[in-house]
Amino acid sequence: MAKELWKGNEAIAEAAVRAGLEAYFGYPITPQTEVLEYLAKRMPELGRAFVQAESELGAINMVYGAACTGVRVMSSSSSPGMSLMMEGISYIAGTEVPAVLVNVMRGGPGLGNIAPAQGDYNQAVHGGGHGDYQAIVLAPASVQEAIDLTVLSFDLAEKYRAICMVILDGCVGQMMEPAEMPEMRPVRREDWDWNTDGKMGKRERRILSSIYIDPVEEEKTNLRLLNRWRTIQANEVRYKEYFLDDAEIVIVGFGTAGRVALSAVREARAQGIKVGLLRPITVSPFPYEVLDQLSGRVDAFLVTEMNSGQMLEDVRLAVKGRVPVEFYGRLGGVVPFPDEILNEIHRMVKVKLSADVHPRDAWLERMAHA
Amino acid sequence: MATENLVYDRPEGFTDTPTHYCPGCTHGVAHRLVAEVLEEMNVIDRTIGVAPVGCSVFAYNYFDTDFVEAPHGRAPAMATGIKRVMPDRIVFTYQGDGDLASIGMGEIVHAAARGENITVIFINNANYGMTGGQMAPTTLPGMKTTSSPNGRDVETQGYPIKVSEMLSTLEGVGYCVRRSLHDPKNIRLAKKAIRTAFETQARGLGFSMVELLSTCPTNWGMTPVNSLKFVEEHMVPFYPLGDYKMSDAIKQIKI
Repeated sequence: MAKELWKGNEAIAEAAVRAGLEAYFGYPITPQTEVLEYLAKRMPELGRAFVQAESELGAINMVYGAACTGVRVMSSSSSPGMSLMMEGISYIAGTEVPAVLVNVMRGGPGLGNIAPAQGDYNQAVHGGGHGDYQAIVLAPASVQEAIDLTVLSFDLAEKYRAICMVILDGCVGQMMEPAEMPEMRPVRREDWDWNTDGKMGKRERRILSSIYIDPVEEEKTNLRLLNRWRTIQANEVRYKEYFLDDAEIVIVGFGTAGRVALSAVREARAQGIKVGLLRPITVSPFPYEVLDQLSGRVDAFLVTEMNSGQMLEDVRLAVKGRVPVEFYGRLGGVVPFPDEILNEIHRMVKVKLSADVHPRDAWLERMAHA
Repeated sequence: MATENLVYDRPEGFTDTPTHYCPGCTHGVAHRLVAEVLEEMNVIDRTIGVAPVGCSVFAYNYFDTDFVEAPHGRAPAMATGIKRVMPDRIVFTYQGDGDLASIGMGEIVHAAARGENITVIFINNANYGMTGGQMAPTTLPGMKTTSSPNGRDVETQGYPIKVSEMLSTLEGVGYCVRRSLHDPKNIRLAKKAIRTAFETQARGLGFSMVELLSTCPTNWGMTPVNSLKFVEEHMVPFYPLGDYKMSDAIKQIKI
């Protein structure tokens, strides 16, 4: 198919439709609302289910119900709305049913603002809801990637009976770019061995629940989830590398922060500085291994995020203090310019870096004197 | 050979599982009525139930249908998700008063307002049973519970919510009635209402709910017999039995 001009949020909606989305449940919130609006028109056109729920609580539980029947189902929201969905997310994880969720992140905490941010990294990657579970989390940096990862998210969710979240910031959600849509896939109704779609004379009854009143059974369930997560870690880590072959400094950034960093990297390369970029596509499972390997051969890392250094901690876990890790962040809805990251690269080339100070403390210290 | 009449048997809508309910609790009666209706309508095979959080959290163990178990109060939203993708299935929620009228008030009101084609069995026993008898939105004025130890003081703890009356104001509601389980006559009337509610759904006539005034002998601190008397003497006067909403199409249904 030819490239067309797509707005990020609408592109995600259409990509989901083409991936076989059978039901969408959502609630308006900026900067995500175009997903809801687009599907309000598109889903009924195709005879598929669309409900504007009374709240994100309602939406996530409609997703939960539909997911139990085994169909492809999705909701989308933005940061405050995702917080409201956390209860349902935990239940969906505990029930082991597949669901796709899109978070078009905005500034926070609280009501925050509607500008692009990445402050929900920890909520998405390290939990959010109660109990022992993990979700697959994909982080697109362009409209094309948002399309591709939305389609992938349905396949991953189904394959692992897990939650797959696509987290993007308001920047990717709102901007328009040329992008190519995939072919329309037919809606399929699979005969899973777990879904509750009625006995229909063909099998014994089934129960889907997240309750295991016997702690021993709950422990088994927790271990089953953990083992499934280890399979996901082994098979589904995705990232993009830029100029890493001879890189002495490696920038690590996801989503828009990673994309802005790429502009800085290109400029630095033009100036002869050996710098590269690692952009995680799956922030969960996190690409620990590639960072571990890189830390054996590069001089330093620079983590850049649109938050106060949430992914930074995962990078530090992977690097294990072998080389200095530096941090540069913009927060609260402020998007960094490539110049700011280029300045950091220049600084890292010039000064002697230390692994002794926490990178966040060092960054705050620099900010105080800027 | 002498003819023997079988007068009582486990309905086909039930699994062969003894319930966990306290002696004298009317959950068992309500469950049975639902199971009988599903059997009589021949819809067991295509029914999906949604269990709540509360005493009936384990309802899924007792019905021989597919079942899911919802977060506290969210059963109508889950049922919405199921029914919207499987409109030919029979979908019902079974919820207590803490679940439906307190934490789940948003979900029940909007499911009703949207006219979701689902059936809700609403157990009103005026307290939170599973957590040990705390005050519910339905607790009567002056009624003692573990969280209203001096009796519900409406000045500080508010007034009970009459759910059937409230939901009956919504256009999306096809059928909304209140019945009681305190004696055989009322149990028969309750069964007829449950049948009508499921018929409402089977015919696509909108949201249907049957509120059932029920007992909680354990948490009320009464014998089962006194509990039934309490329903008759104190709950029925406050929560009048009756048909709060019955659309014209539903009035035509003959059972």
